[in-house]
Amino acid sequence: MDKQQGSFTVKKGLAQMLKGGVIMDVVTPDHARIAEEAGACAVMALERVPADIRAQGGVARMSDPGLIQQIMETVTIPVMAKCRIGHFVEAQVLEAIGVDFIDESEVLTPADEEHHILKHPFGVPFVCGARNLGEALRRIGEGAAMIRTKGEAGTGDVVEAVRHARAVLGEIRRLQSMADEELMAYAKSIGAPYEWVLETKSLGRLPVVNFAAGGVATPADAALMMQLGVDGVFVGSGIFKSGDPAKRAAAIVKAVTHFREPHILAEVSRDLGEPMVGRQISAIPKEELIAGRGW
Amino acid sequence: MRIGVLALQGDFAEHGAVLHRIGVVPIEVRLAAHLDGLLGLIIPGGESTTIGKLAVDFGLIDPLRAFAHQHAVWGTCAGAILLSRDARRAQPLLELMDITIRRNAFGRQVDSFEVLLQAPALSGVDDGREGPFPAIFIRAPLIERVGAGVEVVARLQDGTIVAARQGRWLATSFHPELTGDDRFHRYFLRLCTQGA
Repeated sequence: MDKQQGSFTVKKGLAQMLKGGVIMDVVTPDHARIAEEAGACAVMALERVPADIRAQGGVARMSDPGLIQQIMETVTIPVMAKCRIGHFVEAQVLEAIGVDFIDESEVLTPADEEHHILKHPFGVPFVCGARNLGEALRRIGEGAAMIRTKGEAGTGDVVEAVRHARAVLGEIRRLQSMADEELMAYAKSIGAPYEWVLETKSLGRLPVVNFAAGGVATPADAALMMQLGVDGVFVGSGIFKSGDPAKRAAAIVKAVTHFREPHILAEVSRDLGEPMVGRQISAIPKEELIAGRGW
Repeated sequence: MRIGVLALQGDFAEHGAVLHRIGVVPIEVRLAAHLDGLLGLIIPGGESTTIGKLAVDFGLIDPLRAFAHQHAVWGTCAGAILLSRDARRAQPLLELMDITIRRNAFGRQVDSFEVLLQAPALSGVDDGREGPFPAIFIRAPLIERVGAGVEVVARLQDGTIVAARQGRWLATSFHPELTGDDRFHRYFLRLCTQGA
């Protein structure tokens, strides 16, 4: 057999290497260096963290490829970048500059309100957000090699990430107890591809790696998501919108490794300085929420 | 029989699943105390900088070295980097195997690949399974140099060294834990039980 590149195994495989780790949003090469030194297993390169996108409004697009390349040259860990939902040309550009993972993200302004990117033809893996099992399996059906909860990015409020993780993991637990003849109707009811419903039932977990994202701001938030059963954590605004980013970043990395050790969590949570200010999601007008983007 | 999998970050659960399949109890190792009573240790794939940093922060470097001098240890990908004496850049390493590693040697993720690999050392380790091994390389390192006491276990067709053994220490730049093929795990099991 000759070398095979871009197979689903290889794309899914990189996500498996990120498990038990923290992926951090970074805006500059300096941020990227701080994240790497703190123990991030990957960075997400973007022009504005979600909290700023939220505050400044306007259309949020893929970052300048030059900025992403500078970040790629600064660190040895994998570099991810975001494209808009459905914007397959932004994805082509990101693949061309060699990013390691593309996040087709609701944090940016959607480019297509009906269709997500068909991700199978790409050699680079994609991660997509999901609020429930049906949404996760539709994205996997389109070729996503990794799933994350949507949460509500840029708020510092973990409640939506918890809701989405509980939805996905709870639905998988219920699926486990269903009889095989019930699965076609179940697939129809959640709008998920039947084959991936079967696969999920037989594995007892999502067929790809599943991270938490959207609102994680403290080591305890990160450990909470891990104890709920996700494979790792994205931290967006929570680090570089806090008082002492290097210290908080390192603390969240340790919390994800030792998520079942309250004594270690207490130790790493000490003296972290100011957390990001945060916005309570229940106080945000509905039209400003971004988790509803994507279908 | 209990074999540890270093569980600081990476695909430790995948290694655990293979060990379980071949009748071994996998033990997740996050602190030095977790090494007690283990027959061997696997250092999984993941990010070597992350795993190295956590190993330093939680005081694992010296206990891991001491353990390795008494037991078999196997590193896959990031784990192989950690076992090496030299990764050509400053990062925490266990500095055990006399090999030089080049990180991300094949390029970025779009250059990751699968290939069938000849590994004669695997002959007879399993249940009748023979033939080439399905090797998965993900942002993989290569073994640039091996010292005098190190045996080359597998090469790519172009001669690149991708697996090596020094006594009871094994390094592979690919991921047997992501395949359904248990032969490398069985081979490691032999190193764990046979002695040097």
